[in-house]
Amino acid sequence: MSVDAKATAVEKSDLISVFIDGIEVQVPKGTLAIRAAEMIGIDIPRFCDHPLLDPVGACRQCMVEVPDMGNGRGMPKPQASCTLEVAPNMHIQTQVSSPVAEKAQKGMLEFLLINHPLDCPICDKGGECPLQNQSLSHGYGESRYDGVKRTFPKPVSVSAQVLLDRERCVLCARCTRFSEQISGDPFIALVERGALQQVGIYEDDPYDSYFSGNVIQICPVGALTSADYRFQARPFDLVSTPVTCEICSSGCQLRSDHRHYQVKRRLAGNAPEVNEEWNCDRGRFAFYSGRGADRLRTPLVRDSGVLRPASWPEAIDAAVAGLRAAAGNVGVLTGGRLTLENAYGYAKFARTVLGTNNIDFRSRAHSAEEADFLAHAVAGKRLGEGVTYADLERAASVVCVGFEPEEESPIVFLRLRKAARKNDLKVTVVAPYLSNGALKLGAELVPTAPGGEAQAVAALEAEGDTIVLLGERALDAPGTLSAAVALAERTGARLAWIPRRAGDRGAIEAGCLPNLLPGGRLVADAGARVDVGAAWGVASLPPSAGLDADAMLAAAARGSLSALVVGGVQPTDFADAVLAREAFEKAGFVLSLETRVSEVTERADVVLPVDLIEEQPGHFLNWEHREGRVNRVNKQAASPMTDLRALAMLADALGSDLGVRTAKAAKAEFDELGAWDGGRAAAPTTAAASAPAATGAGLVLASWRQLIDGSAANDGADALLATAKPVVARLSAATASGLGLTEGDDVTITAGGGQVSLPLFVEDSMVDGVVWIPGNRGGEGLGELRVTAGETVTVTGGAA
Amino acid sequence: MTDMLTPVLSANWADDRAWKLSNYERGGGYQALRKALGMTPDDLITEVKDSGLRGRGGAGFPTGMKWSFVPQDNPNPKYLVVNADESEPGTCKDIPLMMANPHVLVEGVIISSYAIRSNYAFIYVRGEVLHVIRRLQQAVREAYSAGYLGKNILGSGYDLELVVHAGAGAYICGEETALLDSLEGRRGQPRLRPPFPAVAGLYASPTVVNNVESIASVPGIVGKGAGWFASMGTEKSKGHGIFSLSGHVANPGQFEAPMGITLRQLIELAGGMRNGHQLKFFTPGGSSTQILTHEHLDMPLDFDSVMAAGSLLGTRALQIFDETTSVVRTTLRWVEFYKHESCGKCTPCREGNWWLVQMLKKFEAGQAVEGDIEKMLDVADNIGGRSFCALADGAVACVTSAVKEFRSEFEAGYHTPAWELFPYAKSALFPVTSDGGHA
Repeated sequence: MSVDAKATAVEKSDLISVFIDGIEVQVPKGTLAIRAAEMIGIDIPRFCDHPLLDPVGACRQCMVEVPDMGNGRGMPKPQASCTLEVAPNMHIQTQVSSPVAEKAQKGMLEFLLINHPLDCPICDKGGECPLQNQSLSHGYGESRYDGVKRTFPKPVSVSAQVLLDRERCVLCARCTRFSEQISGDPFIALVERGALQQVGIYEDDPYDSYFSGNVIQICPVGALTSADYRFQARPFDLVSTPVTCEICSSGCQLRSDHRHYQVKRRLAGNAPEVNEEWNCDRGRFAFYSGRGADRLRTPLVRDSGVLRPASWPEAIDAAVAGLRAAAGNVGVLTGGRLTLENAYGYAKFARTVLGTNNIDFRSRAHSAEEADFLAHAVAGKRLGEGVTYADLERAASVVCVGFEPEEESPIVFLRLRKAARKNDLKVTVVAPYLSNGALKLGAELVPTAPGGEAQAVAALEAEGDTIVLLGERALDAPGTLSAAVALAERTGARLAWIPRRAGDRGAIEAGCLPNLLPGGRLVADAGARVDVGAAWGVASLPPSAGLDADAMLAAAARGSLSALVVGGVQPTDFADAVLAREAFEKAGFVLSLETRVSEVTERADVVLPVDLIEEQPGHFLNWEHREGRVNRVNKQAASPMTDLRALAMLADALGSDLGVRTAKAAKAEFDELGAWDGGRAAAPTTAAASAPAATGAGLVLASWRQLIDGSAANDGADALLATAKPVVARLSAATASGLGLTEGDDVTITAGGGQVSLPLFVEDSMVDGVVWIPGNRGGEGLGELRVTAGETVTVTGGAA
Repeated sequence: MTDMLTPVLSANWADDRAWKLSNYERGGGYQALRKALGMTPDDLITEVKDSGLRGRGGAGFPTGMKWSFVPQDNPNPKYLVVNADESEPGTCKDIPLMMANPHVLVEGVIISSYAIRSNYAFIYVRGEVLHVIRRLQQAVREAYSAGYLGKNILGSGYDLELVVHAGAGAYICGEETALLDSLEGRRGQPRLRPPFPAVAGLYASPTVVNNVESIASVPGIVGKGAGWFASMGTEKSKGHGIFSLSGHVANPGQFEAPMGITLRQLIELAGGMRNGHQLKFFTPGGSSTQILTHEHLDMPLDFDSVMAAGSLLGTRALQIFDETTSVVRTTLRWVEFYKHESCGKCTPCREGNWWLVQMLKKFEAGQAVEGDIEKMLDVADNIGGRSFCALADGAVACVTSAVKEFRSEFEAGYHTPAWELFPYAKSALFPVTSDGGHA
């Protein structure tokens, strides 16, 4: 009997034969015995072994016998199968056929249990615990130990969200290897020796990592637990649902566990093509934001200047009246957090019901060059036509422009780190300083003051096996996206655009841009309009490109746009928060579709409550254009309506027909429409702006958002927020001393719209004449200062 | 009687200030180095191979063969690391050697480094022996001043830097890969092998790790020839070796003799058992080797004979115990040492020794119950051969051999405390106070 391994990209001739319990199996050279056994369904018990971590051979649980190394000679001692590379014609006997292996395994489990507390009934891991399970499947029924167990004071915090019960630890070193090898944050380590060995942190420093939740998940016992989830549920009482993370565009597959219609925890799923078996702490822990008292449960209508609860029919009537009055002079702002289906609903609603191309998902700084770039290089590209995670892992060189992987797409960061560690990937960052995340990638810095990116990109050398990753901030410096396209054309390098929000990529495909219809079809292309119009059953579609978000806000603020339909956006997300607020106040009519009370709902005339992501089915498209399903986790939604369903009701009431009212129907129609195989937009050719220069106290502003910041989506995740990086302003040593400042001093940054005071951090690699501040501080976005990166701000010592 | 001895490394120990460079040179010191620098490295490796020198740290691996494993096409620097982390209970040969005759080690390091084409060498010394560290440092300083170390040694064009590095008091750092981790500034825990140190050792570069006595034997081999060295000892265990006798003999100490000398001869050299007592059991090579009894008094102490007797020659650390000694108590003390020194990396060593100590304490106190011997042997069987490194194998060797040789004493542990059967004051080498401590 022979079983072939699933060995992708391995030639038949590279396979070797080994015999496990007498069964021949073909595996690639270098395969570990424990993996080879898995291929024929033999489950060798293990604790320290993890397929994504380097072998360590510490727990000794997976002992096997090797009667023949393939050369006719046996190994005198049993071997740990997790560190044993197979050799051609090697014979391996597991517990299935070897009494020696079986006894070694049973004895090892007995050892692990002598100092392990019997507190399974109150342990979070009880019920899903590898130690518990393997003790039952591979251990002695009873312990022969009658001595005193080792105890420790419990629990200790290794960070605000990870707790450690040391007496439960089996010292497998999975957590410490994860932190060192995978995320590159080696702030937990094994300390002490012998039976007193334990996981520890540095004396004063907690385990500081965006990926710390993974160590809880891979802990094979209940030693590492989540401060959030501790004692919240038993695994066997939870109902698990596979979902796609709604935070960033990485597209992590997660498992969402709920009980009593409340999500209790989220775990990384197993998606080898995307997040492997990891996720970031924000994706894991930030799922509380929809639970607060500010959750909208009924529609609201403005009555005598005050919002009051209303029935759905009344609210729909009020919305219809407002939209009718606007007579097509309407703008639609959808934000970047919608499912593909909801975004499609808005895109279709704008065109067929409102009759306008005034639709934009970009609740952030944006530009016409970016819209052109998206139409040219991003929209309408299917999975595999662009760059994928696997491509990143195989690339020889990756250049990040306007993109901080660890902060803006953490799973891209992990994949780049894996490639840098295993495949010698060379990472280059075009940035004002070498961030900690970039350091962990071993990245080389192309020191670039904000605004100088276009010139820096134009000067880059690249080859065919180079991938250029463009973040959504790449638009900040005019000409950067154009230069990147030119670089790709000149050198054969490949481009990938990685936005920050989970719904961004889907919004582009759905047509939530003033220049784009679904599937990358250009509004300006008559053929494309006819194609979409035919599919939608309308005679014609508005032929001219609409206003982008900034233009809509400006028009609404000066009273020339009559109505706004607003999805999940916040004024602080825009480049000019003050203008956004003014727009929502001055627009003739504002219809807000929201989950929670926000600055938009407070200014709206009609508010329709819509479902949270956990309350509805649908899809996200990640940066690769990979579909990821979201499923209805919580079947007791606070609102019965998705955005799509509410829009369909509105269409009905307006005497039109959206044609789709469920996610399933919307997805089917979107798929049917497909990507456009007609003409594509031309490449943007914006000239590079000259780099701004610092003058005296006037410094060039650099900024990006940190992963764990004041985003409303993080509300309620207290343990997560306690691990946020400190909010500081960064200056180079020379710039700081030029201003007479030293580290820790308060500095005040003044821009057109206001000022902010932050403690100073002196950043060694920072470009002189540049000040960096985080993009969101405790809920206040950069937009409050009415300034974007690359503009000049005034920096002075002292607090404002 | 003393003609059984072959003092080479210990020949000058009684000399006035033997550790000084001038005194070492007066006895012919550093002549072998001059000779070696006139030879090719490959010829030196051949010479050491021909001498039959086997590693003196316990395992007995042929030293010359180990040197020849260093891949010379590897672009990384090559390192020689001397394992001077002598910590095994009973083992006390390297420390007196380095104390009395440090220059023979330094000279050996230079010749050996030249042979393996290394320009950096380290001596990793057990941290507790501060006096030895100071003496070595002084010797290295003297050797630098004399031009035996540093750039262009004796005008040969060969450069060598030698660093004396103090450990921090962990037995496990005598395990060569744990030693390398410790030398790199990490916690000393054994590394996964392969890769072996010869391929990727210190700083992931080709590294030879040798015991002090092995390296110190090299100047003699080079100076007097492989044939001279091979004329001593037995067919498969050639040369001289330091035998350390401790415990219940009249004059404990180090005896440098040809490999293959017997314990009976060594006890004679040590003035016999302490007055009025007989040999009960002994370790041939430190506490991690199986104990043997008077039956083995005439067994040649060489690698193969001791292995044939079911034990190991180890470091030739002969701990001698007379009939007043409780084997249960002795075993408990040894296992307590291994429990304390287990690095914690792997389960059987960390947890198993913790458990064995608790079991042995019951035997000692006469509180074990019927079946505990079988349980203890079964637990020992689950430890030995299952651990990450050899530390745990050593830990259970004394347990299994003690039960094998003296099962009735463990059976007595079912009812009678060991201190009643073997009043501890009788086996004490120094007066014992009423609370069990030494006066």
